[in-house]
Amino acid sequence: MNVEILSRVQFAFTAAFHYLFPPLSIGLGMVLVMMEATWLRTRDPVYHNMARFWTKVFGLIFGLGVATGIVLEFEFGTNWATYSRFVGDIFGSALAAEGIFAFFLESGFLAILLFGWDKVGPRMHFFATCMVALGAHFSAVWIIVANSWQQTPAGSHLEINGVAAAAGQAFDPAAGSARMVIDDFWGVVFCPSSMDRLSHTLVGAWLAGAFLVISVAAYYLLKRRHTAFAASSIKFGLALAVAASLLALVTGHHSAAGVAENQPSKLAAMEGLWKSGPDAPLHVFGWVDSENRRTVGPAIPGGLSLLVGGSASHEVRGLDSIPEDLRPPIQATFQFFHLMVAIGMALIGMSMWGAWLWWRGKLDSPDTASTRWFLRLAVPAVLLPQIANQAGWFTAEIGRQPWIVWGYLKTSEGLSAVVRAEQVLTSLIGFGAIYLLLFALFLFLLNRKIQHGPETIEESHDLPENWRKQARA
Amino acid sequence: MDYNLLWYILVGVLFTGYAILDGFDLGVGALLPWVKDDHDRRVFYNAIGPVWDGNEVWLVTGGGALFAAFPVVYATVFSGFYLAFVLLLFALIFRAVAIEFRSKEPWIWWRRGWDVGFSAGSTTAALLIGVAMGNVVWGIPLDARGEFAGTFLGLLHPYALLMGVMTVALFMMHGAIYLHMKTEGALQNRIRGWINPLIIAFIICFALVSMATLLYVPRMVAILRAQPALFGVVVLLVLAVANLPREIHRNRDTAAFVSSCATMGLLMALFGLGMFPHMVYSDPEPAHSLTAYNASSTRKTLEIMTLIAAIGVPIVLAYTASVYYIFRGKVKVGKDSY
Repeated sequence: MNVEILSRVQFAFTAAFHYLFPPLSIGLGMVLVMMEATWLRTRDPVYHNMARFWTKVFGLIFGLGVATGIVLEFEFGTNWATYSRFVGDIFGSALAAEGIFAFFLESGFLAILLFGWDKVGPRMHFFATCMVALGAHFSAVWIIVANSWQQTPAGSHLEINGVAAAAGQAFDPAAGSARMVIDDFWGVVFCPSSMDRLSHTLVGAWLAGAFLVISVAAYYLLKRRHTAFAASSIKFGLALAVAASLLALVTGHHSAAGVAENQPSKLAAMEGLWKSGPDAPLHVFGWVDSENRRTVGPAIPGGLSLLVGGSASHEVRGLDSIPEDLRPPIQATFQFFHLMVAIGMALIGMSMWGAWLWWRGKLDSPDTASTRWFLRLAVPAVLLPQIANQAGWFTAEIGRQPWIVWGYLKTSEGLSAVVRAEQVLTSLIGFGAIYLLLFALFLFLLNRKIQHGPETIEESHDLPENWRKQARA
Repeated sequence: MDYNLLWYILVGVLFTGYAILDGFDLGVGALLPWVKDDHDRRVFYNAIGPVWDGNEVWLVTGGGALFAAFPVVYATVFSGFYLAFVLLLFALIFRAVAIEFRSKEPWIWWRRGWDVGFSAGSTTAALLIGVAMGNVVWGIPLDARGEFAGTFLGLLHPYALLMGVMTVALFMMHGAIYLHMKTEGALQNRIRGWINPLIIAFIICFALVSMATLLYVPRMVAILRAQPALFGVVVLLVLAVANLPREIHRNRDTAAFVSSCATMGLLMALFGLGMFPHMVYSDPEPAHSLTAYNASSTRKTLEIMTLIAAIGVPIVLAYTASVYYIFRGKVKVGKDSY
């Protein structure tokens, strides 16, 4: 195996593993804010119990997010040094801003969130919870800005040997030292894809948090454990899930329309569209047959044209308009994209079903057959947003190949010149072994936490001292 | 002052913040095997419990700032020190998850296992940070394009290893002084007994590093010869170290900790003064060295970053100080503790 494949596998593996945790912190952070706000409004100890329990889960997830996140920041330099030199002028600022505006905020207030129950009052604790959630969202903002700029570079230009390059020129090691140079910071931040991708990523993260809460609460309801706690928790999860699953549809639509405009080869691969023209079909699912240049499977005629252009007569660029060496891997892009969409639809269905049961007042009665079926499906449904989030990122990142910076630098050109294959193999084996261990321990400890259940404080006078003063009499 | 100098200083400030703050976390980790009792060990973990991950953010932000302000340095050092940095990552991962996982189960084998992870991870991280610093001081071979032209084993020369050992000793001393501030009773008395030997160990290492630097890397002190006023930094450093046993003796544990922080800050200041304007010194081909001027981003990016720092850093310092204030005082092991 060569150093390019190994470096790509290592980055994909470490990024995908890391990305199990941040969406949960973002989504669960939202849920914690909702729970503590409700405590402040109602002063009912049950919401305090909920916040305490979910905070412990949050701490475990956050710890793994921190431990696996620092790896990615190092990897840009260790494995992709040529890329780092090329994009440092732009990508580096976004990363530094993430550190200053997001990570410090999260980790500083996390101390109060996890260990401050007896040290500060409920309002200050609520404020700290809001800051942790805000920090988690900010970190998404800056890293998505950095990633989006590479998908749709704007606010910058290519410089070769210190001179601005002509339009259409790309990285060429023979021409001399090349780098991207910033023209306009806000042009980078609001590059054509950043806001669509940010909003879609955030609602995906909310879904991950919401379905974790729903899943654990559903498990308790089915087992008839901690029923008051679970019946209340599941409503917080569902409220967020309903909003987020519908927003995922809206933001997903905007993202796809943006991809059609800015990254036509990615869109063509996502839909397996070989022929340019109007009446482009939308596949429900299918199989890309590259040999015969066709995609088989049930499709809505004109659906893709309608979605990205507003009418069936809209022209969509197909793979025939893309030179072969500039096409991404089509099958993988197509399948990951369709997996994400299918799960997105299933999540809307689950959320609506739960909301309907809630509305009928049957959500917390597992004796009703329909509720029991919903709860049984809700327990494993925690995996769905995780799979969809991963599949979405695989679509985005595989679909932009061969580019690492769209139109300017190819992935194969971004490697570290001095790193050899056996070094990357060594580190890849190390990360593989360590992450496997961490994953097993994470599942083990999460399960232990869930089996142990929440500490239940029934009466206000059992609350921490600072909280008691403000609790309901 | 030009932007390149400003960012040379600011990146230095971020890494100094990391050394001072995570330095005591790593020191506490390295000292963990010195106590055997589970309650004492929990005191160690909880002394850093609320703050360690905020402290690690200084490294993340320092790395980000280096990437943004001096991308060529970031790319050359991180790819050149590939295996060393991967090992550092493994060490930091084990340190982090050990803190998080250890208290979750009461089993002895479980806790012992994570204690090994925490202690070995912390010690290894301190050692590797020192070895990397040693190589930066010593100089590494760079080719005409500014790429590392050496080998992993070539990084493990005696000077770098000596710097690594000094860093471990420094962090252990710093960690013990921090623990002295956060503990009470019999445990505090035991820790007090460790401090003087650790100060002596650090002084021995520091004397050896200083002599080796004067003999073999004289360019590191050229600036002190050129501008004798800067020798004041050395004087302050010696005074800060000499002040440590005095404050401990008088039982002023916070003042001792401040003095220890000053020691680390002054050491980093000396390092920064000696290196300037080099960021990576190329040996044997000095013309290939990376400096704050030939390895930086554009002026425009440095301006933007200055604005980001001007807005962000005061806010960060304000709430970091608040968090340390809220968690001031002696460690109490309770229900929410690690």
